[in-house]
Amino acid sequence: MSIRTITFDAIVVGGGGAGMRASLQMAQSGFKTALISKVFPTRSHTVSAQGGITCAIASADPNDDWRWHMYDTVKGSDYIGDQDAIEYMCQVGPEAVFELDHMGLPFSRTEEGRIYQRPFGGQSKNFGEGGQAARTCAAADRTGHALLHTLYQQNLKNGTQFYNEWYAAELVKDADENVCGVIAFSIETGETVFFKAKATVFATGGSGRIYSSTTNALINTGDGVGMALRAGVPVQDIEMWQFHPTGIAGAGVLVTEGCRGEGGYLINKDGERFMERYAPNAKDLASRDVVARSMMMEILDGRGDGPEGDYVYLKLDHLGEEVLHSRLPGICELAITFAGTDPVKEPIPVVPTCHYMMGGIPTNVHGQALRMSGGHEGEDQVVNGLFAVGEVACVSVHGANRLGGNSLLDLVVFGRAAGLYIEDALRQGMTQYEPSDDDIDAALARVNRWNDSKDGESVASLRKELQSTMQNHFGVFRKGDLMEEGVEKLAKLRERIANAHLEDKSSAFNTARVEALELDNLLEVAEATAIAASNRTESRGAHSRYDFPDRDDENWLCHSIYDPKTKQLGKRDVNFEPKTVDTFQPKVRTY
Amino acid sequence: MVTSVTSLGRNGLYDWLIQRVSAVVIALYVIGMVGFLVCSGDLDYGTWSAFMGSTPMRIANTLMLFSVAAHTWIGLWSVTTDYLTGMTFGKAATGVRLVVQMAIALLLLVYILWGLLMIWGGA
Amino acid sequence: MKVSVYRYNPETDREPSMKEYEVETNGKDLMVLEVLNLLKEQDPSLAFRRSCREGVCGSDGMNINGKNGLACITPLSEVAPGVKEGKKPLVLRPLPGLPVVRDLVVDMGVFYQQYEKVQPYLQNESPAPAIERLQTPEDRAKLDGLYECILCACCSTSCPSFWWNPDKFLGPAALLQSYRFLADSRDDATEQRLSRLDDPFSLFRCHGIMNCVSVCPKGLNPTRAIGHIRSMLLERGV
Repeated sequence: MSIRTITFDAIVVGGGGAGMRASLQMAQSGFKTALISKVFPTRSHTVSAQGGITCAIASADPNDDWRWHMYDTVKGSDYIGDQDAIEYMCQVGPEAVFELDHMGLPFSRTEEGRIYQRPFGGQSKNFGEGGQAARTCAAADRTGHALLHTLYQQNLKNGTQFYNEWYAAELVKDADENVCGVIAFSIETGETVFFKAKATVFATGGSGRIYSSTTNALINTGDGVGMALRAGVPVQDIEMWQFHPTGIAGAGVLVTEGCRGEGGYLINKDGERFMERYAPNAKDLASRDVVARSMMMEILDGRGDGPEGDYVYLKLDHLGEEVLHSRLPGICELAITFAGTDPVKEPIPVVPTCHYMMGGIPTNVHGQALRMSGGHEGEDQVVNGLFAVGEVACVSVHGANRLGGNSLLDLVVFGRAAGLYIEDALRQGMTQYEPSDDDIDAALARVNRWNDSKDGESVASLRKELQSTMQNHFGVFRKGDLMEEGVEKLAKLRERIANAHLEDKSSAFNTARVEALELDNLLEVAEATAIAASNRTESRGAHSRYDFPDRDDENWLCHSIYDPKTKQLGKRDVNFEPKTVDTFQPKVRTY
Repeated sequence: MVTSVTSLGRNGLYDWLIQRVSAVVIALYVIGMVGFLVCSGDLDYGTWSAFMGSTPMRIANTLMLFSVAAHTWIGLWSVTTDYLTGMTFGKAATGVRLVVQMAIALLLLVYILWGLLMIWGGA
Repeated sequence: MKVSVYRYNPETDREPSMKEYEVETNGKDLMVLEVLNLLKEQDPSLAFRRSCREGVCGSDGMNINGKNGLACITPLSEVAPGVKEGKKPLVLRPLPGLPVVRDLVVDMGVFYQQYEKVQPYLQNESPAPAIERLQTPEDRAKLDGLYECILCACCSTSCPSFWWNPDKFLGPAALLQSYRFLADSRDDATEQRLSRLDDPFSLFRCHGIMNCVSVCPKGLNPTRAIGHIRSMLLERGV
């Protein structure tokens, strides 16, 4: 082992909303904090979030209550969201959102000068009894952009040490499986370094790029999940992938749910507002899994439009030019650029598109990563030194289906929570686990494997094959035999990827090397998804099976745990014990 | 955030304002002069001399002289700091820039003194 | 269609060169980034930055047939007449005025430094209220056209004043952000911010060339923001 070691109190891997909220917390209290990001932080995918951040700040409705938000979130999760975590998020949320305002986030405003809130899917007042709520705090339709830039600015102000365009390749752990830091290299120079820290926080985001059609950025390759799985850390509910109802057909670019919040609605090729049939009450603002499935039913029943009959439309023109240009300016731009239609005049062609990974590394509310004592089953155990926040983590507040606007809240609340916890732990003296040279060499093995490759298949072709496998076998609707086939295909892909070739071995800004390492991570996420999906024999939230069309609370009112060491799927209890409110009991979920 | 000892006002706003005000003076002077030339028809030495020798014209000429000098200095100073930099001259840039700026400054000083002599010398 | 790309690998090339590629687009009006992705499949050694592929992250600013823009939201039909049809080559170069790291990747260090110099964060010494700091819709509207900047550097690297003095002139992107905080009713560091812009370079090197306005992929107007700051300085100084 001859690589340089850089030591910090804490390192954060990933420069999106969750990572920068965590690093900000720790930097503010003076701990030596580094943030490692494979892109300049404001290029992270949080920047693409549009509609807003859902939180009961009682601006649109002075009587709004975080418990109503909690009820919606539990219901939205199809009852496998952990109620203690959801309680924490909804209760702490307002404080975290007001902090963002104090940091300078340019929220849109009401006439009273308060933060503007818009209606989003799955929102209700009075525990589902009081009609549609408007609870999503927005900065026009660029909330993620505004949030991410604000957090970057605050990190600059507070002296976070940034390692921008550094790629974290592998976790380093000692013989007892305690996490000691990560191996990362500078993309610009190729220099490889061991970042040693008492706390390693994964905030690496999602992995929508396992699908061919996704709203996710090209960088969303599941690097954190990949690293965790290779290190033997399990993942939870990884079969739960949200398909956003409104991705622009063909391009996959996201069109915010806020469009429907502002009064837009979906129509099929006959111009019928079909959501009235599927969700008579909430209609177009039913939760995302419900809307996405309804759209697919319309398309499969031959009521989709276009040459292939494979999309429906989002109608906005009735809202008028003024509303569209003031509330949804970014959407107008995107629709013109990527669909060639001006929403002021024509509806936008849309199709459900892979959007969000509800599953991820299981954590507690402090962001501490968990493993099971028996691999895929048993008691929760904390993985010492490892934390996860944001989309890569599964706290779980989203369960089987995330509500719109809850992802940004998840980022800031749990980024902050992990920061607070680590701050406290560091003050009390946190252990720095020391790896041996062999431990570090083991972590370098994967990078070396690609560097030493002599011939084999290309990264691009294998990636395409992986993506189309996921798209075709693990889409909106799933079926046992089709999924089995997919699992087999992925097993074969694993062998081929292990023998794939990196031709360009240069050091300076070698993006081919980054893409090769990303492919390993895509594979890990894809395989975990496939195995988990084919083993969960029910339909719940985003996981919808033809062969098991009903929710099965008797057997599956639980988290799934995928153990990478044995590739087995186990079960973990869902938390039904919130601290300050009564448990929300599972009910039939209708909108 | 950037300090510069050779700029006229050593302050961006001051330089900017002088540049604008001097430009207005130059423009007004030119318009006035063109107006005079057009209106005065056949111009002879006597008329010209009397016009230029009048106190208002002497003041106007002096203003014009200072305006041109200030305007030129600020403009050329910008040009030297744009083009005579490390990008073109490497380490020698500071020396080159100083020599050129001093040459311009001296030349403008000579013009001012010479101009003042012409304007006020015959009084 | 033909694509001509600026190539430079510091480890193997003594100097940069333009490399010609042939790409099959089937006459489709692809985005420039999609063409680059096709090129990357052909030649994995080609380096460029990209992330969101929808024009909001600002990664893939580059010089496209002579004009700075974002590759992901520039369709071939808008590059120049004849490019989409394959009659004219698509010519891709790195953003001008910054050191090239490799191929289309430039070292943005100095650009980010200038951004940091304007203290791009809200400053307010008064204790924060228990809720948000109130702001009228009118005051909030003053931030429109400012906060949307994605730091792609298309503007600053098209500005001659920035080319000549990238370390002294803040450039249009940083100045736009400077004004974003000057214009924010919640920020109370106006005097301190203005006093830092008073020198002959930081702001006053803007000569109103307006290249920044013509290239901004988000349709923002840095020149107007700079004009606003100048007015504020004038008001303060006179």
